[in-house]
Amino acid sequence: MQASRITAYKRPPALKLRPRTETLIAWLFILPSLVGIMVFVFIPAVRGIYLSFTNSDLLTRSDFIGLQNYQKLLNDAQFWSSLRITVEYVLFNIPIQTVLALTLAILMTRLTKSNILRGIVFLPYLLPMVMVTMVWLTLLDYDFGPVNSVLQLLGLAKIGFFNQTTIIPSLAWINTWRYAGYVALLFFAGLQSIPGELYEAATIDGANEWQSFTHVTWPLLRPVTVFVLITSVVGSFQVWDSVAVAASPSGGPGGASRVIFWYITNVAFTQFNIGYAAAIAVALFVIVLVIALIQMWYFRADSSDLG
Amino acid sequence: MNSLDLQLQQSNQRAVGTQRRKLSWGRVLAWCFVGLWVFVTLFPVYWIARMAFSTQKLLLADPTNPFPAGLTLDAFRRVLGLLPLQMVIDEGGFPKVMHFGEYLLTTFIVTSAITIGSTIFNAMAAYAFARLRFPFRNRLFYLYIIVQIMPAVLGLIPNFILIHSLGWVGTLQGIIAPSFLGSAFGVFFLRQFFLGINRELEEAAMLDGDTLIGIFWHVILPITLPALTTIFVLAFMTSWNDLQWPYFAGGSGHIEGTTTLTVAMLSFRSQTQRGLPDYTGLMAGTLISIIPMLAIFLVFGRKIVDSIQFQGYR
Repeated sequence: MQASRITAYKRPPALKLRPRTETLIAWLFILPSLVGIMVFVFIPAVRGIYLSFTNSDLLTRSDFIGLQNYQKLLNDAQFWSSLRITVEYVLFNIPIQTVLALTLAILMTRLTKSNILRGIVFLPYLLPMVMVTMVWLTLLDYDFGPVNSVLQLLGLAKIGFFNQTTIIPSLAWINTWRYAGYVALLFFAGLQSIPGELYEAATIDGANEWQSFTHVTWPLLRPVTVFVLITSVVGSFQVWDSVAVAASPSGGPGGASRVIFWYITNVAFTQFNIGYAAAIAVALFVIVLVIALIQMWYFRADSSDLG
Repeated sequence: MNSLDLQLQQSNQRAVGTQRRKLSWGRVLAWCFVGLWVFVTLFPVYWIARMAFSTQKLLLADPTNPFPAGLTLDAFRRVLGLLPLQMVIDEGGFPKVMHFGEYLLTTFIVTSAITIGSTIFNAMAAYAFARLRFPFRNRLFYLYIIVQIMPAVLGLIPNFILIHSLGWVGTLQGIIAPSFLGSAFGVFFLRQFFLGINRELEEAAMLDGDTLIGIFWHVILPITLPALTTIFVLAFMTSWNDLQWPYFAGGSGHIEGTTTLTVAMLSFRSQTQRGLPDYTGLMAGTLISIIPMLAIFLVFGRKIVDSIQFQGYR
């Protein structure tokens, strides 16, 4: 420290280094990362779009066939059914998860600063989705699951949690269980950035709890809410792991959990219709992108009222 | 992170203020809600252990018992392939010798390679973006921002084709390759920390005759060790928990030596669901798979929680 303060007086205006050396070192440092990004993220995305215009089957052919895959998509009953199932999943998942997380975040802010509580709330996020699904399959099992045991003890009818009508809500709940704590921590961080004086001012003005939530908390939390909603909706639309565990390879009872990403991997790696699978992937990407843009526009993401 | 610390401090002061309030019904209700959620969070983790330490036959006979039925380590010995096949069948387990020890090793190799590689390459790129001047720096960084919003669904099939054309399907390098060179988020995350370092430290090192690479090694990395640990732990967690890519790139769980724990659990489950599920075996496997995560949680929990709060500020 002492040395740096003394040398600071003699310091030349900038680091004296030949720019060419600096450029060379910079490229050397960036190269591995840039190759990774280009080869495994950027180029694949572009290639995925190209593949959607071909009849590629991975091995024998890959001819350009124009919009044929997309025309097929419009008349593909399984695609529309998968899309409907996925939307249903998202609608069961996101509202409950978000409200639950926001409630937990507010309670954590108001009740206790306990790190242990925050740690426990966050714990499920660390566990692999496969294992999480396994555990809930067991907990919700019709014959041996403790949830149905409790229902029986209470004199209620047992519930089949993984039949044709219940599997999507059950899978949505499993996702909610894993992510609610993570989202709660994002909200929690957002709540910390709201100055306490605003709440004091609201109280002085005679606002009750609900009014200070709607007039102070909710508007000032907007940037975090947008971030949370966009990332969780995009993630939820791409549900795959839990379906693979709970319903693979058939896609659930009566195909009831054939979500869109399940359909993509089925078309690509079971039917080897790579071109068509790529077209479904592009369609899903566009849907997700449009929803994200609508959310951004609706919440006017870039502006917090905090200024 | 300074502003975050400050905010946490403010929140702590606010929390002290709220503690003076009287006990009200609202607070009782709020505590009940929090207590309920803690129960809903912890009970499944307990239930994994409860089933894993049970005997398969006793477990099925007594599903409502909240304690392990016939406390035993047999389920663990079974999934680790330590019991002869006949004994497995006699116990009512899934009639196949399993090698969770092997899957654990495979997962450890894959996860270590990805975690070490991605942390190093992320740090190098982040240093260049944060500190060095070179042509196209800003434009290149835009590329990193754009790439961050690309969803996984678009990349899966083309990446599989790439790995396939290299002949890497069903190999460890096939599973490792796409994540080995780092991620756009990792570069973005570390760059934020490198930007916060006091330049005078680097200038002092430079006047002492250190090279740019030397400065990176002697000044930047030691100072940002906490951020590096965070990105290391996050990469470890992501890779350890990943299912889809290891499943397809590793040969759908059919190839010896490339089956990770998550993939093994998936195959185990899909094979066992035809008959009577081998619950104790499945839960023993689950427990083995999540033990490293639980260990990370105990050691780095606080750090990860803080970093997630950083993500919210992006």
